[in-house]
Amino acid sequence: MLSVKEYQTVSNIQGPLMMVEMVDEAKYGHIVDIELGDGSIRHGQILQVENDKVLVQVFEGTSGIDVKNSKVRFLARPLEFGVSPDILGRVFSGLGVPKDDGPEIIPEKRLDINGQPINPYGRDYPNEFIQTGISTIDGLNPLVRGQKLPIFSGSGLPHDDLTAQLARQATVLGKGEAFAVVFAAMGITFEAAQFFIDDLHNTGAIERAVMFVNLANDPAIERIATPRFALTAAEYLAYDQGMHVLVILNDMTNYCEALREISAARKEVPGRRGYPGYLYTDLATIYERAGRIKGNKGSITMVPVLTMPEDDKTHPVPDLTGYITEGQIILSRSLARQGVSPPTDVLPSLSRLKDKGIGEGKTREDHASLYNQLYAAYARGKEMQELATIMGEAALSDEDRKYMEFANKFEDRYISQDYYENRSVFQTLDLGWELLSMFDNVDLKRIDLQLIEKYMTKYRTGKSKAKEAAD
Amino acid sequence: MTEKRVGRVVKVAGPVVVAEGMAGARMYDVVRVGQLNLIGEIVELRGDTASIQVYEETTGIGPGEPVLDTEASLSVELGPGLIESIYDGIQRPLDALVEREGEFMSRGSDVPGLNREKKWRFKPTVSEGTKVSPGDIIGEVDETTLMVHKIMVPPDISGTIKSISEGEFTVVDTVAVCVAEDGTEHELMMMQRWPVREPRPISRRLAPEKLLVSGQRVVDTFFPITKGGTACVPGPFGTGKTVVQHQLAKWVDADVVVYVGCGERGNEMTDVLTEFPELKDPRSGEPLMRRSVLIANTSNMPVAAREASVYTGITLAEYFRDMGYTVALMADSTSRWAEAMREISTRLEEMPAEEGYPAYLGARIAAFYERAGRVQCLGSPDREGGLSVIGAVSPPGGDLSDSVVQATLHVVKVFWSLKGELAYQRHFPAIDWLTSYSFYKQYLRGCFEDKDQGREMEKMTGAAMGLLEQESELVEIVRLVGAEALSPRDRLALETARSIREDYLHQNAFHEVDTYTSMEKQYEMLKTVLHFHHQGLEAIQAGAETADIFKLAVREDIARAKYVPQEEIDKIRRIRDTIEQQMKPLHSTAASK
Repeated sequence: MLSVKEYQTVSNIQGPLMMVEMVDEAKYGHIVDIELGDGSIRHGQILQVENDKVLVQVFEGTSGIDVKNSKVRFLARPLEFGVSPDILGRVFSGLGVPKDDGPEIIPEKRLDINGQPINPYGRDYPNEFIQTGISTIDGLNPLVRGQKLPIFSGSGLPHDDLTAQLARQATVLGKGEAFAVVFAAMGITFEAAQFFIDDLHNTGAIERAVMFVNLANDPAIERIATPRFALTAAEYLAYDQGMHVLVILNDMTNYCEALREISAARKEVPGRRGYPGYLYTDLATIYERAGRIKGNKGSITMVPVLTMPEDDKTHPVPDLTGYITEGQIILSRSLARQGVSPPTDVLPSLSRLKDKGIGEGKTREDHASLYNQLYAAYARGKEMQELATIMGEAALSDEDRKYMEFANKFEDRYISQDYYENRSVFQTLDLGWELLSMFDNVDLKRIDLQLIEKYMTKYRTGKSKAKEAAD
Repeated sequence: MTEKRVGRVVKVAGPVVVAEGMAGARMYDVVRVGQLNLIGEIVELRGDTASIQVYEETTGIGPGEPVLDTEASLSVELGPGLIESIYDGIQRPLDALVEREGEFMSRGSDVPGLNREKKWRFKPTVSEGTKVSPGDIIGEVDETTLMVHKIMVPPDISGTIKSISEGEFTVVDTVAVCVAEDGTEHELMMMQRWPVREPRPISRRLAPEKLLVSGQRVVDTFFPITKGGTACVPGPFGTGKTVVQHQLAKWVDADVVVYVGCGERGNEMTDVLTEFPELKDPRSGEPLMRRSVLIANTSNMPVAAREASVYTGITLAEYFRDMGYTVALMADSTSRWAEAMREISTRLEEMPAEEGYPAYLGARIAAFYERAGRVQCLGSPDREGGLSVIGAVSPPGGDLSDSVVQATLHVVKVFWSLKGELAYQRHFPAIDWLTSYSFYKQYLRGCFEDKDQGREMEKMTGAAMGLLEQESELVEIVRLVGAEALSPRDRLALETARSIREDYLHQNAFHEVDTYTSMEKQYEMLKTVLHFHHQGLEAIQAGAETADIFKLAVREDIARAKYVPQEEIDKIRRIRDTIEQQMKPLHSTAASK
């Protein structure tokens, strides 16, 4: 072990940053301990070194630190997390310190929380369908193992219920493999975090969960490290222990704001809305840690949650996230007002990896054509709904009205779903066929005729019989 | 080797490292930084201090560590073995790295771009005593079943071939000796190097006049690109930029495809990696990988290497162009490249222009696209090569006023505008027909051997585009006063426009048959859609009801024409007969009324 050097040469303190002078042997990215005059310890990370001057970001904030009495120790290592199988079932702070009443973790090894990028050649393509029991995800935007699929939400929308349902119900068809949930809370309220913890308790899943909790009143700068701790734990569980890990990061908007705070304090040239120009790169180092590795059993599936300021999808945080993640599930305020729950805005939602995860042998042969048709019909129906609100229903042609009716039914029966209702993917698919049975073949251009025959017939016979009776 | 210059690190801030004691170093020299031996490039010189952009994560680097100047600028290795490779942004083979270091990237690795052990069969095409000058082809290697690799004289060597031998060689073995006029002897090997930031020399440039056929209907029919042309695909996330790029990479009729994944998703690159070896080239039936080179610098890999990756890609592409091949380069996404530039610029504390981007953004983008083109290659035998560049742009929020989009539109000749609304309706490719454009439209007719057919195709695309434009106007009217107010002819126009959109422009990239449509089939399909329109107009003339026309069973056949395989293309022709057969009775019922 290297000898740890201690300095009392703090020169400036500004916002979350601290300048230490006359330091030798400081390395970029390494961590420091700061001992305050009263003996308490804070933690920091080196952001920049220039000759003997070192710029440190202080995770717990700088309030109470003084220039004269503070001692800074350079620990000559990057920020690390000590992992062992015992981390399962435990709750940690945003800086990876146990926060529950459990014993200290005796680490099997210590891992740099920044991880290392996965070599694209070493990746395995995610193609295993995860059944979430939620129709709008399973049927229209299927999630696969190793995918990163964020939930774009807004303040006051039920993303917590949706993520809890996801964590509760997600399984891979026909397999009972070891799984784990890693939950990172960044700047969310005690209530929101507790809701999630309670839910895990109630289902017994807490034994297989690791939590990193940085609440709204915890130091903001700590949030920069929180998702990295969570992902280090996830990588260990996935690639060392061969588990399938679901990582939930809630809420990424708070993370980005913390990053902006540091950037502003460093007086960097800001990009859009004051966020630093490297926000994309920084977010990528988090999101890209999801995935699968060739020849390794485990996988990391990631569901980041973020609240869009003013429900604006073009805000830098959702925007840059959408460019990195493999799709997005968007919640809509107008649907929520209509009482649709979960209010999934189906049209702009997307899962990019769906095509390889569905179809014969994975889900069912009709899956792809079916969701294409549902999308097309719902898009048209949605347009008609809007037209009807402007001009009145009477102005619509019979055909247009049929599409509107479809959209209404679709929102009512397909999108709406109880948070405790676990629909199998087959139930979801059949529901899709049932709803589409109101259309004639000529309107179902995106589905092969054989499939229509095979899956639609049972819903149509009822209809045509009723028609005959009416005639 | 001579003593190399060694400086020392004075400052580390993210990917930028400042070193002093670097007097004599040149801009864009490659350096090795610190004990970890990280690769970097000099981007700024002030007196004897140099600012260095480092291609790897700099955690753990601190003042006092050594910086070694390699005195060479960032170069790539060119020679047999490039095809079927997958490289990172600075030409390190990712497959070899996995073998050596595992699935995660470690730092300071030094693996050459070309395999030094592998032997290739070299066949000379010139004999001893031949006078050669730069760019002359001296031999060939069958690199893959799809690719004959031409070995060329490097751009700085000329003279007389003293000896040349056939046989099995590695890329660094001497295959020929060339004596220059002043008597110096140059040993020629199959490998040569070229600095990535410098365009490779050519004899002269030609106008790009031949279509690069992609099998994507909306592209080929309405917004075609040529061999040697440039195109950009901007669009918000989720509109299918990457799928468009993948589709083009798979199906364009180029000899070589260079795909640069610049700052994009890791899983997408894996998709390309797993899919290309399985997909068959529609012309030769060979796996597509046998004509492809991949460069993957995903978003979580170091930002400076991302900046270099597009240059690495285009240099490889130019090298194949110089052999006389048609090359297509896809860069996904150039926005990430621009952002990498911005990030480095910020760390260098340069004065920013718009949105924090450096003032030289426009110049760099223009210079990059200008490396595309159809050219007369350097050297003999006489040959023509073409390099098409297709760049994806990811503007924030899909806003086309973004600096990168604007700078790109300034130089490219084809603009495929992706629209969110189309993507939400799952209309793919989501290329907006009203705002996209192509300056190469006039070359469409040249794709057809039959000149009349070419002219007809041109006319049909004009007619179809006219209907689509008419639709956008009519939709406004319908919004205001309802569909009932339209005349039967207008109603038919609306229906046909819908048919063009849904039955022709919409193309399913994941459908076995629909993923690629030959020019011949495009012609037949479009003709059929328009035939319905003409027949419909006649029927209306004869007094038929539009509702009856829209109900004809043949419309389902038109809708499914896209799924008719190439071998059964006659079926599409027969649909036109069916249209006539079914339309006829409407005339008579109308007459009898």
